[in-house]
Amino acid sequence: MLTFLVTFIGVLLLYLLLVLGSGEPGGTLGIYFAVEEIVAGVVLSLLAAVVSRMLLGKGENDVIGKPANIVVKPAIFIVYLFPFIIAMAFANIDVAFRVITGKIRPGIVRIKPRLRTNLARTVLANSITLTPGTLTVDVDDRTGDFFIHWIFVKDTRTDQEKMREVCGGFPEWARRVAE
Amino acid sequence: MTFTEFNILIIGVAVMAVGMIVAIVRLLFGPTSPDRIVALDTVNTLVVGMMIGLGAYHEEVIFIDIAIVYAVLSFVTTLVIAKYMEGSKEEVN
Amino acid sequence: MDGVIIAMIVLIAISSFFIALGCIGLHRFPDVYTRLHAATKTTTFGMIFFSAAVILFGLWRFFEADEVNKGAYLTLIGHTLVALILLLITNPTGAHAIARAARRSGIKPEQAVIDEFEEVEP
Repeated sequence: MLTFLVTFIGVLLLYLLLVLGSGEPGGTLGIYFAVEEIVAGVVLSLLAAVVSRMLLGKGENDVIGKPANIVVKPAIFIVYLFPFIIAMAFANIDVAFRVITGKIRPGIVRIKPRLRTNLARTVLANSITLTPGTLTVDVDDRTGDFFIHWIFVKDTRTDQEKMREVCGGFPEWARRVAE
Repeated sequence: MTFTEFNILIIGVAVMAVGMIVAIVRLLFGPTSPDRIVALDTVNTLVVGMMIGLGAYHEEVIFIDIAIVYAVLSFVTTLVIAKYMEGSKEEVN
Repeated sequence: MDGVIIAMIVLIAISSFFIALGCIGLHRFPDVYTRLHAATKTTTFGMIFFSAAVILFGLWRFFEADEVNKGAYLTLIGHTLVALILLLITNPTGAHAIARAARRSGIKPEQAVIDEFEEVEP
C-alpha cells in the first residue's frame, strides 16, 4: 500500500512538472495548471502505480516499503545534494586540469563499501562516476564490491585508507539516503 | 556586436556544434568500438543541449519535448549497444 | 547591460568551457576509460550550467511577458528541468554500462599501474 502511494505521488509530481503552464488566464488555477490536465494526471498516475505495484517493493531489502523512510529519506537526499554538487565542481576542475596537462596514472581498484540494497548501490555508483577522478566499472552483485577506474592512483596501504581516498564520505551518505 | 539574451544562447549552441564535430572525428577514427560509443554518447548529450538552447532561442517548447524523448531513446540505445558488446571478445590494436 | 544578460553570459561561458574541454579530452587521453572520464563528467556539468542559463532566460521572459504568454515560458522552464534531471540520471548510468562492457570484452586500461579486476576475471 505504501509503495503504491509513493509511486502515485512521484508520478503525479513528474506529470505536474510536465504540464506546468498549461492553464488559461482567469481559469480556476490561474495560468499554472488546467483542471483537465490535473484530472488526466491523477488517472494516469493511478494507472502507473497499479502497474508498478507488481514490480516495485519486492524483496527483504526494500527501502520505500517502510513508513519511517517516506519523509526522512527524501529530506536526507536534499541535504546530500550540497556536498555532492561541491564534489562535482571539484571533479570537473580536476578533469580540466588533466586534459590540459595530460598528467595521468590510471588503474582499476577494488573497494568494499558493504551496501545491502540495490538503490544504495545505484546512488553510490552514480555519485562515484560524477566525483573527482573516479569511474565505476563493475559491481559484484553477490558481495557488493565495486571496481573503480581511478585516473590518478595514490599509494595506499589498507582497504579503509583506499576507500577514503577513492570516494570520501559517499558510502556513508549512500547508506543514509537509501538503506 | 551587442549581446542580447538571444545571441548568447546561439553562441552556446555554436560551441556545442563545434564540440560535436570534434566528437564525430573520434566516432569515425576510434580504434575500438567502446571508443566509438563514448563519442556517440557525447554527441547525444550535445544534441539534447542544442535542442534546449534552440528551443529557448525560438521560444518553441516543442524542441524541448523532443529533447526529452531523444534523451530517453539515446540512453536506451547506449545500454543496448553496451549489452551487445559485452559478449564479444575484441582484438585490441 | 542588464544583470540578467551578464549572469547568462557567465553561465554559458562556464558551460562552453567545460564542454569544449570534454571534447578535446576525447582526443587527448589514451584509452576508453580515461576518455569516459573526460566525456561524462564535463558534458554533464556543462549541461547543468547551460540549463541554468535557459531557466534564467525563461524566468526573465516570464516576468516581462503579458498575462496571455506567461504560460509558454512556465512550460519552457518545466520541460528544461525534466530534460536536465533525465540527463543527470542517464549520463553516469550510460558511462557505467560502457565501462563495464569494455572491461568485459577484454580491453585493458592503458598505462595502468594497478588492475585489481584481473583477479576475479573468469
